[in-house]
Amino acid sequence: MSEIVGVIGAGSFGTAVSNILAKNVKVLLYARNPETFADIIKTRVSSGQKLADNVEVTNNLEELPKRCNVLFPVVPSSGFRDMIRELAPHLHPYHMMIHGTKGLHLQLPEKRNQDFVLNKDCLFTMSELIRKETVVVRVGCMAGPNLASELSLGHPAATVIASPFTEVVAKGKSLLRSDTFQVYGNSDLRGVELCGVLKNIIAIGSGILSGLGLGENSRGLLVSRGLVEMIYLGKALGGEISSFVGLAGIGDLVATTTSTNSRNYTLGHKIGQGATLEQALSEMEETAEGVNTIKIVKQLAESQGLKPLITDTLHKILFEDMTAEQGVSYLMRYQGNIDINFL
Amino acid sequence: MRPISKDYTKQKYEQVLPGGINEWPVVELSRNRSEFIREVAEESIKRIKANNKSRDALIEEIETTLFREKLRIKRNPWAVDPPDESAFLNSVKDRLLEISKSENEAEKNEKLDQILEEIVIRYADEIAGNFKKSRYRMARSIVTFGFARLLNASRARGFWSIFSTQYTLQDKIHITGEVEQLRTLAKKGTIIMVPTHFSNLDSILIGWVISTLGLPAFIYGAGLNLFNIKIFAYFMNSLGAYKVDRRKKNMLYLETLKTYSSLAIQRGCHSLFFPGGTRSRSGQIEKRLKLGLLSTAIEAQRINYQKGKRDSLEKIFVVPVTLNYNFVLEAPSLIRQYLKLQGQERYYVENDEYSTSYKISAFLLKFFTKGSDISVSIGKAMDVLGNYVDEQGQSYDKNGRVIDTQEYFTVDGKIISSNQQREDEYTRMLSERIVEEYHRINKIFASHLVAFTAFVTFQRQFKKLDLYNLLRLPEEDLSIPYEQFRASFESVLAKVHRMYNAGEIGVSPYLTGEVDKIIEHGLKNVGMYHSKRPLIKNKKGDITTQDLNVLYYYHNRLAGYNLEKYV
Repeated sequence: MSEIVGVIGAGSFGTAVSNILAKNVKVLLYARNPETFADIIKTRVSSGQKLADNVEVTNNLEELPKRCNVLFPVVPSSGFRDMIRELAPHLHPYHMMIHGTKGLHLQLPEKRNQDFVLNKDCLFTMSELIRKETVVVRVGCMAGPNLASELSLGHPAATVIASPFTEVVAKGKSLLRSDTFQVYGNSDLRGVELCGVLKNIIAIGSGILSGLGLGENSRGLLVSRGLVEMIYLGKALGGEISSFVGLAGIGDLVATTTSTNSRNYTLGHKIGQGATLEQALSEMEETAEGVNTIKIVKQLAESQGLKPLITDTLHKILFEDMTAEQGVSYLMRYQGNIDINFL
Repeated sequence: MRPISKDYTKQKYEQVLPGGINEWPVVELSRNRSEFIREVAEESIKRIKANNKSRDALIEEIETTLFREKLRIKRNPWAVDPPDESAFLNSVKDRLLEISKSENEAEKNEKLDQILEEIVIRYADEIAGNFKKSRYRMARSIVTFGFARLLNASRARGFWSIFSTQYTLQDKIHITGEVEQLRTLAKKGTIIMVPTHFSNLDSILIGWVISTLGLPAFIYGAGLNLFNIKIFAYFMNSLGAYKVDRRKKNMLYLETLKTYSSLAIQRGCHSLFFPGGTRSRSGQIEKRLKLGLLSTAIEAQRINYQKGKRDSLEKIFVVPVTLNYNFVLEAPSLIRQYLKLQGQERYYVENDEYSTSYKISAFLLKFFTKGSDISVSIGKAMDVLGNYVDEQGQSYDKNGRVIDTQEYFTVDGKIISSNQQREDEYTRMLSERIVEEYHRINKIFASHLVAFTAFVTFQRQFKKLDLYNLLRLPEEDLSIPYEQFRASFESVLAKVHRMYNAGEIGVSPYLTGEVDKIIEHGLKNVGMYHSKRPLIKNKKGDITTQDLNVLYYYHNRLAGYNLEKYV
């Protein structure tokens, strides 16, 4: 019996991951929505991508942990917890999970005492959510410049598999590696997850700059200052600096802040062109994780005494009454600091 | 909160194993001591060779060991060290030289194997315990009978009360927590007890607890330094201790030590070690554990599974225990070392209050004739991955679903694989779980709470000073008006009660009732036998200290609970 690997989520990235995996193993792809499922069965096309022959599609979540020992959850962070809770009763300690979700989960206690303060303990990366809700311990993530639309065309790309377990990294490598897809390993799981999460904030900012038509100098400025802010936040949240200068950090940042294929960039672009957040969101087909991330990071930063300038400004543009132009001029008037102070 | 009442039950526990002492795995082990040492040595050599695949690497490893051992003998010699150590090391050195000159390959290998075996057997022999039934019985009755006499003489009145049986040690040392579960599981599987470590007294105390609960003797990892002191050496040898020498950090020794522990656990010997490694110098509950011995629990569990021991009868259970004191004899020197070292473990000469048998005896006499109770909290048993288990030894996940621990060692639920890196990671996870449990079962005494409140208040009073400058202040400058102290204390106390109700911490029954009474009780007990008291009421009725360092030490017991803002 040849190995079969599960992918949870038939969005554009989930589909792309399935097709990459399909070069090496059989794949069982889970689509939650019954209509989408029926559609994929009929057309063998998922999120605009033709499915490889050895990708089997299912609508039954329980089937995955029964048949697969390795699972790749690739669902938006907003639905991640519900999905993992539904899955939890069927998971065993021998399962391995490598997720591809670049978002955060904020969990506030149900009963909040007066002395409650939001802190790091309320904040979960997806791997921590898996650890918290399930018996699975061998957890990892994949992150890096992996724009789904380019992956589906088979362009050369690479990813980082991060996990404290070398066996998870090794497994991820053997499953994903192909002639057009490089796989690197990293043991700093939290750091790599934070890279993927935080870069989405900067991607929205970059989209806004291009929407405003402000050119490449401004983008260079944003990307480099954005990286500094990512490292500042990432360090405070328990990641290692080195991960941020790797493929999942700079690598992904460059890809998402320049590509019109990036959802977060696209969302920012619309806002830069004058759309409100509601308008921009309604025009999007898939979730732009950055919006939620900005909200969570802003709250956390406030309670922890952190001052992420770019995130704060984006929060004002997205959720308060600052316009994109005002945001840019606010940032430009801000007293410039030391260029690099973390190395 | 409940009113003040005893929170421990005093009872006589039946022996867990009805067959008596002859059925204990540790007796079995000591009966075949030399055979077991041989087995440990063989297994250790296998592992050492696996770590050093080439002959040159092995020679280098032995040379490193040689160098470090010589350095240790020179810099930090102890009374327990065997007198022929130097001679032995020199002979190893000479023979290594011979090997390097030799041309004959087979001879080279043979000689090297010989050297390695000799070193490892020496280590294994030193580590191995020397449990003796007769001595165990003897030590047990000395402790139980002798101390009980002292206790009664001091608590009840009159000379003849020395023969009274009204008070027993269980009135002095309160055992609370998951006692029944521990007793049940000790019949089924193998227990690994991991207590917090504050005082040299811990080893004897926990030995008494184990015997009182009717459990078979555990094998212990006890610091070799304790064997320098005759009275300790006697007790510990008889309680089944094996020796851990913190000075020896060479790979050969560490592998032998781990192999010893692992094989003993595999043979079903209940075992105990202080995972903090040394006594907590700061007075804080251990936050970081030493992973070496802990990893042997995970390894032994995996090997048992590989041997097909699937039954919960042969499962390994990890039981965290906290020892809660009002008074730690070594506190002044420990905190001094802590402040000096700030975590850098180097060679230094330890200056122990326990340095002579006389001092210990004097302390014990004081301890049993005056107040100051000790409490021992037994935590819930967990499997080696930190999941709680029930009385049957069955593991459960957080949602109450049964899980099969064996599956952690497989990638498909069927074939068990050995993976060093995986087990290292599991060890780290287990250590985090143990620390979490320590904080949950830790029992707060009134004395901890007054020390905490006072020290944090002093910190507030001198906000601009860092810790070291604060500690340098003359004690006369430090005082807190009683009313202010009382208000702060009440606020922290309220928070502690909330945490208790949420199951986040344990509290002593003395922590209920009138606030003034609680404070009084706390002041009376905190570090009560130190010549300079950490906390007292002065003539004006204000709170002040005679020794700020020691106050800091007792305050640390509650560090890490985020209670500071309630002061």
